[in-house]
Amino acid sequence: MRFFGYTLGDESVPMPMPTAEDMSKMDAFVEEVTKAGVLLATGGLGPSSMGAKISLNNGEFTVVDGPFAEAKELIGGWALMECRDLDEAIEWSKRFLSVLGGGETRVRPVF
Amino acid sequence: MAESVACPRRFGHDGGVTATGPTTFPSTPASPSPAASTAAIETVFRIEFGRLVAGLARHVGDVSLAEDLAQDALVDALRQWPAQGVPRNPGAWLMTVGKRKAVDLFRRDRTLLTKYALIGAGDTADMGDEPTREIVEADGQIEDDRLRLMFVACHPMLSVTARCALTLRLLGGLTTAEIARAYLQPEPTIAQRIVRAKKAIANAHVPFEIPAGPDRAARLGSVLEVIYLVYNEGYSATAGDEWTRPELCAEALRLARLLAGLAPDEPEVHGLLALIEIQSSRLKARIGPTGEPILLLDQDRHAWDRLHINRGLAALARAEALSADIGPYTLQAAIAACHARAFRPEETDWGLLADLYGRLAALTPSPIIELNRAVAVSFATGPADGLDVVEQVAATGALDNYHLLHSVRADLLDKVGRHAEAAHAFDRAAALAQNGRERQLSADRASASRQRVS
Repeated sequence: MRFFGYTLGDESVPMPMPTAEDMSKMDAFVEEVTKAGVLLATGGLGPSSMGAKISLNNGEFTVVDGPFAEAKELIGGWALMECRDLDEAIEWSKRFLSVLGGGETRVRPVF
Repeated sequence: MAESVACPRRFGHDGGVTATGPTTFPSTPASPSPAASTAAIETVFRIEFGRLVAGLARHVGDVSLAEDLAQDALVDALRQWPAQGVPRNPGAWLMTVGKRKAVDLFRRDRTLLTKYALIGAGDTADMGDEPTREIVEADGQIEDDRLRLMFVACHPMLSVTARCALTLRLLGGLTTAEIARAYLQPEPTIAQRIVRAKKAIANAHVPFEIPAGPDRAARLGSVLEVIYLVYNEGYSATAGDEWTRPELCAEALRLARLLAGLAPDEPEVHGLLALIEIQSSRLKARIGPTGEPILLLDQDRHAWDRLHINRGLAALARAEALSADIGPYTLQAAIAACHARAFRPEETDWGLLADLYGRLAALTPSPIIELNRAVAVSFATGPADGLDVVEQVAATGALDNYHLLHSVRADLLDKVGRHAEAAHAFDRAAALAQNGRERQLSADRASASRQRVS
């Protein structure tokens, strides 16, 4: 069963730059989850100011450049995981947040 | 903090090994979430089980005892974590509890000390605070321990069914109940199979090590075979009403991925992983709305899972890069990849497929592989060439009662204009088919061939 996990937060609050130690902890974690056969793909997200919003209504495209002012945005990173069930996805998310030191992550099943 | 009041012990399914109260960690800081549900604890345990048993098995030199110690550690976790929360590093916590229980056990029973090779027990005896994973794994061996455990669980002296059950239990962390459900067997049957297997390993004094030298290839072959068989049981179930058991496929895939991380230099490990990834890409496409099987060339390829395919192709490339001497799993993966690369059946590289089947047949001779080669040849260079291969297979008599031999032969006879013989072969295919739909299909084609006879 696949799950999509993503971190949420307020984009306007600047995040401190991860230290070299933070980075190496996260690298080790990513390696562990990959070796466990759980992590299929993962990535980081740039700020919405570097992105755009594209919509199609009544045959008309609208393209709006970022940033977007949503209170809580998908920020930071995302991960595609293969878990036996939601409980496992929750446990891996907890471990991810522990390595991160805090924050909020959400998981949704992928069909 | 856990109470020291005597509580009734909850034993593991094979019985616990310690008779004293729970081991406690006096100064264990709880995680930010104060309470933990049983489901969350059991999930942690399932995730950690393989590492835990592997690490403990190296410690005490006995897989069966290691499993009991792991089980005892879970009992302590179930007692302490609901109130205190899951420790920040649950794997290290469980490992330390397990090791302490081993020490307690050996202190109480000196005779066991001589029976088991207790290595490095002293270094855990005075461990006060909750250890970090770094401390527990300072010896950097856990990954190797898991590989050792895999080799022991898949030891060739065990029956194939025992190897599969033991591997799912010890490496997959499945309970006997879960394994029994997956194999549609009564739970006591599986439990007994696992107990017997562990006894056999203990009696034979199978060393807890990664085999080296001339033995290694055969032992690795046994590990690969177990994962392959677990997958195949899931992919085309031999028991039950459902054609597939996706949970077994998922476990085998997980084990194959794990093994690829533990033995990254072995080409056939990546070959098997590639095969399983690519086969898994078709799981949803090969079953129709009423549960009927859909053959490869009739599948909706848009329903194939591209992520599995891409991962499979990457694993295949890795296997091929590691060795020019391509083994049977890698060849099967290459065959699967040939189909996976084609977005439409007509884009299939049949010439390459015929060649791959030829190479596979040379490595592992089998009339079924030859029959598959016949089909590939017929698409590559024409039905007459394919028919030549089929007739050679038919002449051996090995597949006389296999309906697909007759339906493939009939189809090719029909295509080269020998309709009367085709009709006869379709009749035979219909008579032998187990599946109602296949029987009807062959019967319909037999009548169609008869009408073409002038």
